[in-house]
Amino acid sequence: MTIADDIVAPETPEAGAIAVETPLRRFLSEFFENRLATLALVTLAIIVVLAVIAPWIVPQNPYDLAQVDVLDSRLPPGEKNAVTGYTYWLGTDGAGRDLLSAMLYGVRISLAVGVLSGLIAMAIGASVGLLAAYAGGRVEGFIMRVVDLQLSFPAILLALMLIAILGKGIDKIIIALVTVQWAYYARTVRANALVESRKEYVEAARCLGLSHARIMARHIMPNCLPPLIVVATVQTAHAIALEATLSFLGVGLPQTEPSLGLLISNGFEYMLSGKYWISFFPGIVLLVTIMTINLVGDQLRDTLNPRLKR
Amino acid sequence: MTAFIIRRLMQSVLVVVVMSLIVFCGVHLVGDPVYLLINPQADQKDIEAAIRALGLDRPIWEQYLYFVGGALRGDLGNSFIFGEPALKVIVQRMPATLELAFAAIAMAIVLGIPLGLYAGLYPTSPVSRGIMATSILGFSLPTFWVGLMLIMVFAVMLGWLPSTGRGQTATFLGITTSLFTLDGLKHMLLPALNLALLKISLVIRLTRAGAREAIHQDYIKFARAKGLSNRRVIGVHLLKNILIPVVTVLGLEFGNLVAFSVVTETIFAWPGMGRLLIGSIQSLDRPVIVAYLIIIVLMFVVINLLVDILYSILDPRVRLGEQSA
Repeated sequence: MTIADDIVAPETPEAGAIAVETPLRRFLSEFFENRLATLALVTLAIIVVLAVIAPWIVPQNPYDLAQVDVLDSRLPPGEKNAVTGYTYWLGTDGAGRDLLSAMLYGVRISLAVGVLSGLIAMAIGASVGLLAAYAGGRVEGFIMRVVDLQLSFPAILLALMLIAILGKGIDKIIIALVTVQWAYYARTVRANALVESRKEYVEAARCLGLSHARIMARHIMPNCLPPLIVVATVQTAHAIALEATLSFLGVGLPQTEPSLGLLISNGFEYMLSGKYWISFFPGIVLLVTIMTINLVGDQLRDTLNPRLKR
Repeated sequence: MTAFIIRRLMQSVLVVVVMSLIVFCGVHLVGDPVYLLINPQADQKDIEAAIRALGLDRPIWEQYLYFVGGALRGDLGNSFIFGEPALKVIVQRMPATLELAFAAIAMAIVLGIPLGLYAGLYPTSPVSRGIMATSILGFSLPTFWVGLMLIMVFAVMLGWLPSTGRGQTATFLGITTSLFTLDGLKHMLLPALNLALLKISLVIRLTRAGAREAIHQDYIKFARAKGLSNRRVIGVHLLKNILIPVVTVLGLEFGNLVAFSVVTETIFAWPGMGRLLIGSIQSLDRPVIVAYLIIIVLMFVVINLLVDILYSILDPRVRLGEQSA
């Protein structure tokens, strides 16, 4: 516990003054006990912040043609622009764009698509799962049949199927990602809601004459949140990886909105001639993003799981 | 048993009907079927003739029955790009995909089981920790990224292995495959490893978990007490019991491999069904897309059905549970 206190202390300077262990503070100290997870969280936070502020910090707007010099295409890392003397720290891509700038924009788009589709899928999946658990009977049977059916197909296949039918575009990708993911949320929430809805506080709420909607939303749902948060982190990582895969295959995001997957795909043709950096650096960023989300998710699961409580 | 199989078979038929409805509605309602099903280069007269020939002026339910009738006869329209029946175009590319999937399964077994067994028998050794850490990587790395790295290291930097195409094929007993030529095997190594990586990790984890559980069972203690050699205890008694879940999961994962081969085939320019699908999506070759989707749905339904039936034979609790529910 001493190590954890040391780590948490600088963030909460008033901790010594109050010295009351709130659930949040206990959760935080338990989370930060794992150094790898702490490192992952910090790295992830840096990536997210960089992605959010990308338009203000990039050395070059990679999609402003006035700033991009085609003569500079495929320069290796460290080369300079002949006119301005600007150094391309990570080299340039096939169109002469500064790779560092293009990557910052790429992370932004990858994260945005992953998180947005994750949130929509969570909203839909959680509502449907809650409804299934609360309604029971035929409604539950039908919903869970659909969930089972969907989970028996691999995610990438369903996504490809939807893209083949719907066509390309950022909205279609989000629809595909949401369709692929909602079933995982529905399954998790239903399982937890089934357990919760048999507890006494739900019966007490019923005795008070509260409406079904209120019991579901205000009483059962908050108690299903911990496992839902864990599933959400893992699923967001999956969504980012899946979007990158689809974009890499050329059936994902359009060229005008290049995510990390598309940057990797664009660099792929140059890789065979030894120009590794165009694909390699976006690949590393994609990898680090996915790995850190997974590590944070793992630690969240261990911390939130009451069975592992010491 | 028979009742279980019949009920399970009816469920499968229902799934196929639902999926065919989704594919049909997707193709016929989301877009204008005239432009989805008729070559965009056709002139007005041809389009009108085609509308009549395809029955697109009929009511929607009649069109669905027409579509299903065609599908049952194996007629899913002609590919715009190849000018041949869509089904034929896909079936031609199926062997390449299947051989890749089989090679990946074989790799998963040959590499995954010994590594998993080692990690399960010596859970605290540094080697085991290394194996487990690698298997976590195998789970979380995107397939296409691993493929790129394999190409970068083994094809570009070291120049040991080719990175594109299927290489030389040979025909033996009526099967044409790259497995029978050295050149073909060389071409197959990287894509198969790429496709297998996820499954290797899976097999390692399953085998390790199985080994750790089984090592404390009475039958292992008994075998040791009988004075059997360590090799026999591990190789026969332990392995036999671990293999059941590993084999079932791998069977179930076979369809998954075929689906994921879409990614591997695109990276390694492997001339299989998956690459055809991506090409067809990009060139809007709809009959091929529809045919691919129907074939893959059928494949999944059949695999799931077979695994369920196998399970119910291996573990009677499955079918008893179904009846009581």
